[in-house]
Amino acid sequence: MENIISIFVKSIFVDNMIFAFFLGMCSYIAVSKNVKTAMGLGMAVIFVQMVTLPINYLLNTYLLTPGSLAWISPELADMDLSFLSFIIFIAVIASIVQILEMVIEKVAPGLYNQLGIFLPLIAVNCAIMGGSLFMQEREYAGLGEATAFALGSGIGWCLAIVGIAAIREKLSYSNVPVPLRGVGITFILTGLMGIAFMSFMGIKL
Amino acid sequence: MDTEKTGNNTGLFWKLFTAPIGKNNPITVLILGICSALAVTVQLESALVMGLAVTVVTGFSSLIVSSLRTTISPRIRIIVQLVVVAALVIIVDQVLRAYAYNASKQLSIFVGLIITNCIIMGRIEAFALANRPWLSLIDGIGNGLGYGMILVIVAFFRELFGSGTLLGYQIIPESWYIANGGFYENNGLMILPPAALIVVGIIIWVQRSFYKL
Repeated sequence: MENIISIFVKSIFVDNMIFAFFLGMCSYIAVSKNVKTAMGLGMAVIFVQMVTLPINYLLNTYLLTPGSLAWISPELADMDLSFLSFIIFIAVIASIVQILEMVIEKVAPGLYNQLGIFLPLIAVNCAIMGGSLFMQEREYAGLGEATAFALGSGIGWCLAIVGIAAIREKLSYSNVPVPLRGVGITFILTGLMGIAFMSFMGIKL
Repeated sequence: MDTEKTGNNTGLFWKLFTAPIGKNNPITVLILGICSALAVTVQLESALVMGLAVTVVTGFSSLIVSSLRTTISPRIRIIVQLVVVAALVIIVDQVLRAYAYNASKQLSIFVGLIITNCIIMGRIEAFALANRPWLSLIDGIGNGLGYGMILVIVAFFRELFGSGTLLGYQIIPESWYIANGGFYENNGLMILPPAALIVVGIIIWVQRSFYKL
């Protein structure tokens, strides 16, 4: 249990998807002009991360890791399908996003109006794919740890985009040098926020 | 872009090839593919490998999708494109593991993240679906090189000021360091992730003032 909490806290603050690994930067820069839409996209990322990452975890454990096919029959024990992981992960993400879009449209039209436009964007958001690949590389033990990582990394990403959106709203009143306006200053601000987040690195978990 | 023009083909090729390297750069102007761009820039070597890998994938995925463009139904095109890109990335990953194992270990998950690199999908959607295969290949390679160039510039500054080396060779003389009685100290901030963002911000500044965008 302690392990799960520490993975959760660590993935929000210390290993933040944006500030430590730059994952999902494209939509982070493009959709951070105001807080409301940033919040919508952040929520959608948390949601999709929570659904896809556990599924990819199960696929990875029971299908892709070397020797994991032994539960079907002992002869398959020395099969190694790990080279297929990229294609399987991206297929899972793309199809889950597609299914989610249809289900949400049918079941909760209100939520669809808020999240709908962001869902297709998320299929190619590196934070989602990166989450699955990190899960594979760090070899989390058990579904609980993988889910905690999914929730934590999603919240961390949401926190980052809402923060930068709030700063950019205020920034429209400042006198930034013309060539630096828009994207340039956003990069530099993200760097400064990243430096602030580095102070969490000292936390022992 | 009207590609059915016949005359002066070399000129068109050259323009397609150089535009993304200079004033249409995918990273600094179009803000695509930053996702995996910055994490691999601590060392020049991994930036070079990553730039090369992305160039190969953008070039060939544009070529393949462009050759298939009349047969893919628009409704399922995203999934077809993802499969093409993922297959190419798997090939690149296996080749890197076989011939450049250390570089592949350093790039870790970022090789897999080439799949979700927005440059690739962006070029396929914006160019390859509407143009002939050869032009798409040139456009893809140009964009890959434009991406690689920014990676190399960022990595150059980060490795030089962060560790005093370039491609692993010591550039700043040993006798300059405080430990050896000199006056110089490596800037530890350059190795940390935020420095990459700040360096890219400055590159965008310089480039936009240069091209007056």
